[in-house]
Amino acid sequence: MKVLMSGNEAIARGAYEAGVKVCSAYPGTPSTEIFEELPKYKEAVYCEWAPNEKVAVEVAYGASVAGVRSLSAMKHVGLNVAADPLFTAAYDGVTGGFVIVTADDPSMHSSQNEQDNRHYARAAKVAVVEPSDSQECKDFMREAYKISEQFDMPVLFRTTTRVSHSKSLVELGEREEIAPVPYKRNIRKNVCTPANAYMNHPKVEANLKALEEYNNTCPLNRLEKGDGEIGVITASIAYQYAKEVFPEGTSFLKLGLTNPLPMKLIREFAQSVKTLYVIEELDGFMEEQIKAAGIPCIGKEKVSNMYELNPQRLRQMLFGTEPEIKELSVKAVARPPALCPGCPHRGFFYTIGKHKDAIVTGDIGCYTLGAAAPLSALDTVVCMGGGFSVGAGIAKTMEILGEKKKVFGVVGDSTFFHSGLTGATEIIYNKANVIPVVLDNHITGMTGHQDNPGTGYTLQGEVAEAVAIEKVLEAIGYKKVFIVDPQDLKAMEEAIQGAIDSTEPAAIIARRPCLLIKRMKHEITKCVVDEQKCIGCKMCQRVGCPALSIVNKKSRIDPTQCVGCTVCAQVCPVGAISRKEK
Amino acid sequence: MKKSIILAGVGGQGAILTAKILINGVMQKGYDVKMSEVHGMSQRGGSVSTQVHFGDKVYAPVIGKGEADILVAFEKMEAVRYAEFLKPEGIAVINDYAMESAATAAGLCEYPEGCLEAMQENFNCLVLNAYDIAMQLGNPKCMNVVLFGAMTHPLGLDDIDWESVIRETVPEKFVELNLRAYRAGREAVL
Repeated sequence: MKVLMSGNEAIARGAYEAGVKVCSAYPGTPSTEIFEELPKYKEAVYCEWAPNEKVAVEVAYGASVAGVRSLSAMKHVGLNVAADPLFTAAYDGVTGGFVIVTADDPSMHSSQNEQDNRHYARAAKVAVVEPSDSQECKDFMREAYKISEQFDMPVLFRTTTRVSHSKSLVELGEREEIAPVPYKRNIRKNVCTPANAYMNHPKVEANLKALEEYNNTCPLNRLEKGDGEIGVITASIAYQYAKEVFPEGTSFLKLGLTNPLPMKLIREFAQSVKTLYVIEELDGFMEEQIKAAGIPCIGKEKVSNMYELNPQRLRQMLFGTEPEIKELSVKAVARPPALCPGCPHRGFFYTIGKHKDAIVTGDIGCYTLGAAAPLSALDTVVCMGGGFSVGAGIAKTMEILGEKKKVFGVVGDSTFFHSGLTGATEIIYNKANVIPVVLDNHITGMTGHQDNPGTGYTLQGEVAEAVAIEKVLEAIGYKKVFIVDPQDLKAMEEAIQGAIDSTEPAAIIARRPCLLIKRMKHEITKCVVDEQKCIGCKMCQRVGCPALSIVNKKSRIDPTQCVGCTVCAQVCPVGAISRKEK
Repeated sequence: MKKSIILAGVGGQGAILTAKILINGVMQKGYDVKMSEVHGMSQRGGSVSTQVHFGDKVYAPVIGKGEADILVAFEKMEAVRYAEFLKPEGIAVINDYAMESAATAAGLCEYPEGCLEAMQENFNCLVLNAYDIAMQLGNPKCMNVVLFGAMTHPLGLDDIDWESVIRETVPEKFVELNLRAYRAGREAVL
């Protein structure tokens, strides 16, 4: 019996079947659902959300050192955070098998860049395994653990959005219990002093060499023999697209283990066809190495290194086939994502937006949408934690240049624990003229509601110590911490002004839980417009609420979307909007 | 046999359940199936699409421009946005229902006039007001299954017992509502 599974569900299942015992991750689209699936197997598998990806990789690596198979997972940019432990774990090697899932996001459906994380495998000198559908996501996990243990290295398991989020049919297997390796102290292997690292490097090179040799006969690669005219070397989701696009009779060398490349196998395949293509999404990772080995092939001169592929794009780029499209006389206008009706972040962004001389450095999360018009209330968003520290750099510069600008650094609660702590410390330590603001909605919102160290629950549903953000800020040295309900615009303004006027280091916590948190009871009502009173001034539109529009020069509130937060009512100059009690 | 279907709408309209019913049906018939959806930022009130590709053997989980046999638009401006994915001879099932976007609600641009007419000029269209039908059935949330009912006409897999597929797919307490929604959607475009 086959079941329909997303790639992420299949990876979780694969980890379970491979006998994995310890798993640690930080959520990030498109990787999140792997760990949302794992609690299903909690009788056999321990899983947790770590405060950030670096911690997650260190926890999972620790489990490997302690002798069991372990897993970590993250979105592509998460691996930037976790690169430090990865590069040294590659030198120390593993005890229990250790796999890190990196989920890349071509086309940036929910990301800030489209980096191709296969480059990490080359730089860190580790194996990279690439599945192309859900069945392979499950099956390749087992092989990835064998490779990790046999070649004494962490394995990167690289998916893309379409591998992680597409669903296809999967034949399930049984869990294999793996006996833990009995723990004993091994300083030579596990303590990365320069002397040990010096001795480890030749081992790493030798293991890679052996892995390349193994890859020539590795079961993760598949040869589909055709008529010898055209040959295609491909991997990951690009294989699925190439299968739809190339003619009958095309030979395929579909690779599942793409670092180090099986050069002997590739050379033999190249010799068996007249024209060789290398088809891959994003960078020419395989192609560059194949060309460097002196094997002629066609790749990135035709296929773009930007944005995700699909069969139609590939056909167009390779063979010039234009799609048949009908031009419509009407064009759709943009429908960008927006803060939800009733989002607690709205009150903060509306209020800070009135401080025209303030610089607001933002961060990654739902509140990145504070940059969207009409709020347009952010100056920068770079990376997790950058909200505080990029702000510190701007503030220092303004001070040096003699500009009187106040900088507000904005992060969410989960981001605060992820990497806001160090930025908050930087501000105090180096006396940066920044007011840190934590938008605490009690959940990791954008990725679909995962718990974090501030929520009081763990991934496995157990009650945990909820780390108090205000106590952390006080301990760092903030003498005044304003805790405010951002939905109360007057109180929000008083907190902002209070922080500006404070002679001592001040911080703000804008605290109100996200309305979508299921385990909480929310007070949902509706706001209504009194059309007699409404003067059509459009002030209410400035809060950027999707439930609000102007119809016949009067404000209108969509009752199916409104939740009665009253932010629009608070900005109405004539009191035309009121809350309808139930 | 291969069929490609795009379900386009606004985050939160329930396209994924519609896709699930479709997939469960075609799986029973033994077809190979792939489905693709998006998560994360684009879901927050943004334009979203769910794509289903099924047949004797399918590879790609996504559909390119000019490749879809059926476009099901949960909102009429989204029909226009995704029209370029439809084959010239493809069929559009359109919900005659408009939702403001964050950009139109903020007064940054106007919601376009004539979406429905533009679609009808270019494609074979089945149009229904699934929102009104769902409201008459007592729950606007079943709009997605009303649209599914309408979609079963161009789908043409009449040997699939969709009512039993719906029974098996939706939560028990919503079975009756969704069966009525399915029937109402089928009748609406007869």
